[in-house]
Amino acid sequence: MAVLLLADPGDDELTRQALTLAQSLGEVEVVGSAALPVARAHIPELPGAYAPGAWATALEEAIDRVSPSAVVAPGTNRGNEVLAHVAARRDLPFAANCTAAEGDVLTRVRWGGSLLEEARIHSSLPLLSVAPHVLPAVTGEGAPEVDAFTPALSDSDLAVQVAEHVEETVSGVSLAEARVVVSGGRGVGSADGFGILEELAGLLDAAVGCSRVVTSAGWRPHTDQVGQTGTKVSPDLYIACGISGATQHIAGCKGAKKILAINTDAEAPILASADYAVIGDLTEIVPAITAELRKARSQ
Amino acid sequence: MRVLVCVKRVPLTGGRMVLTEDDQALETRHLGFTISPHEECGVEEAVRLVEQHGGEVTVLALGPPEAEEQIRDTLAIGADRGILVATDGGEWDPQATAAAIVAAVRAEEEFDLIVFGNESADSGNYQVGIRVAHALGRPVVTGLKGLSVEDGVARCEQEVPGGRDVYRVPLPAVVSVLEGINLPRYPSVPAKLRARSKPVETVSPERPGARLEKLRLVVPGGPGKQAEILGEGAGAAPAVVNVMRELGVA
Ligand SMILES: Cc1cc2nc3c(=O)[nH]c(=O)nc-3n(C[C@H](O)[C@H](O)[C@H](O)COP(=O)(O)OP(=O)(O)OC[C@H]3O[C@@H](n4cnc5c(N)ncnc54)[C@H](O)[C@@H]3O)c2cc1C
Ligand SMILES: Nc1ncnc2c1ncn2[C@@H]1O[C@H](COP(=O)(O)O)[C@@H](O)[C@H]1O
Repeated sequence: MAVLLLADPGDDELTRQALTLAQSLGEVEVVGSAALPVARAHIPELPGAYAPGAWATALEEAIDRVSPSAVVAPGTNRGNEVLAHVAARRDLPFAANCTAAEGDVLTRVRWGGSLLEEARIHSSLPLLSVAPHVLPAVTGEGAPEVDAFTPALSDSDLAVQVAEHVEETVSGVSLAEARVVVSGGRGVGSADGFGILEELAGLLDAAVGCSRVVTSAGWRPHTDQVGQTGTKVSPDLYIACGISGATQHIAGCKGAKKILAINTDAEAPILASADYAVIGDLTEIVPAITAELRKARSQ
Repeated sequence: MRVLVCVKRVPLTGGRMVLTEDDQALETRHLGFTISPHEECGVEEAVRLVEQHGGEVTVLALGPPEAEEQIRDTLAIGADRGILVATDGGEWDPQATAAAIVAAVRAEEEFDLIVFGNESADSGNYQVGIRVAHALGRPVVTGLKGLSVEDGVARCEQEVPGGRDVYRVPLPAVVSVLEGINLPRYPSVPAKLRARSKPVETVSPERPGARLEKLRLVVPGGPGKQAEILGEGAGAAPAVVNVMRELGVA
């Protein structure tokens, strides 16, 4: 029996990571993309503007044609959303953000990745989404046999549909894509305290990040927050200034190649996640690093 | 407007995840409890809507009897009343949770808007709100970073690459929200006192069998790293710059 993979047309990389898990379960057929190295692709004709109900109906029709042994999707907003709709319509269990599956036992992430759960899914048709950035992506182009179809949409499938897209241009270095992130926590002390972090970030072409304590206090906007309920970052270097290292913060920066912690407390939990640490007051250390960088560059 | 917000009691873990001996739960003897930041923002959003349009905010939590604490916390930032769907303490799977929420909602006068977090803090199932919406036959928009209501229509904004997607759905509707949609207020001391006398009703449904059955929890990763100490105070700056050079980012 085939395994059905729902592609997220907006995220090829995470779709290919999901394909890795799907392939571990059997022969894969894809819904929604004809660019993956699989034997068969089911391509629904859908209205241009995204409507989760329409995608759910398309996926249900593909399920009815293929009778798959499992349905897999990437753990993107849309992947999780469409699977949840199908789960709700068919009263089936759905396991979000899995990292592995074998038979009816799966492993999934909790707490944004700080904890794993092994679970049994009691279902003749397991619905699984795949946790982002845990599994490798399947590479290569494919030439699947394409099976185009027009799902029979009802009015209610289009009751929730994107009505308008508002462009927003972001200025500066994007947090999610920055090569260096200079991040501050409660230890920075105030909104003004971020001045020295911004100065260092400016020299390094870095983005400025922060902890939730900082956004809750109104020192920085939520768009700067790194963590489980903020942005997930994966820079080459993450500099955590005055951040204790709560699991919910680490969930957002553990993708960094290296972490440097600057903290007055040599026992702070962040030291168990960091590669390097400087112990002491960030209000002295951060300007000293900035000065040292300037000195090194002028030589 | 009658608005319902659903919140889940979860342990406030610190720097480490520590499990109970049977690997079934987090060891919470030394921990406080809270709700997801997404849900906190959901409560704030509901309170603001009712401040603007009039009406009432109800907060529902399914959990152990102690989850009344989390309901009281939300009453202190402006919710009006609570519904505790009391369990014996074990976690319910998302289908059972949704079914119990639906039953509680059906026992009430209709809500114009039901607000969820985008995902629960601990189990992150990404589905309870969608299941509830489906059972009630209402439209659902997820992951909102903006919400306003005018003439019985909810304008819902999602952040997507390059900007925002806007949806418009008629009430009654269901939404799920993300942290950042607003900056929740802190409760004042008088508000905390008032919250003590607001009504919280309890219902205790039967627990159905789990179809997504938790077998055990596992703390990922082997032994934690231990950071290399580059030095103390400002004197460590040259060592830091050396590291930046080695990484090719200086
Ligand atoms: C469900 C959930 C989701 C969450 N999501 C997030 C999230 O997305 N992001 C997030 O960050 N948090 C999140 N949190 C909150 C998290 O649990 C912590 O409360 C938060 O990360 C702590 O922020 P902090 O490290 O800045 O503050 P603290 O924990 O108070 O740490 C401050 C640190 O600064 C050090 N310090 C103080 N002064 C100085 C100085 N002068 N120089 C150097 N060091 C100094 C201290 O030694 C301490 O280590 C979440 C919580 C929950 C329950
Ligand atoms: N036990 C619960 N009690 C009340 N609300 C819940 C509960 N579990 C989940 N929810 C709500 O459903 C949302 C999504 O949860 P989940 O599907 O587990 O990610 C949460 O943010 C809450 O708003």
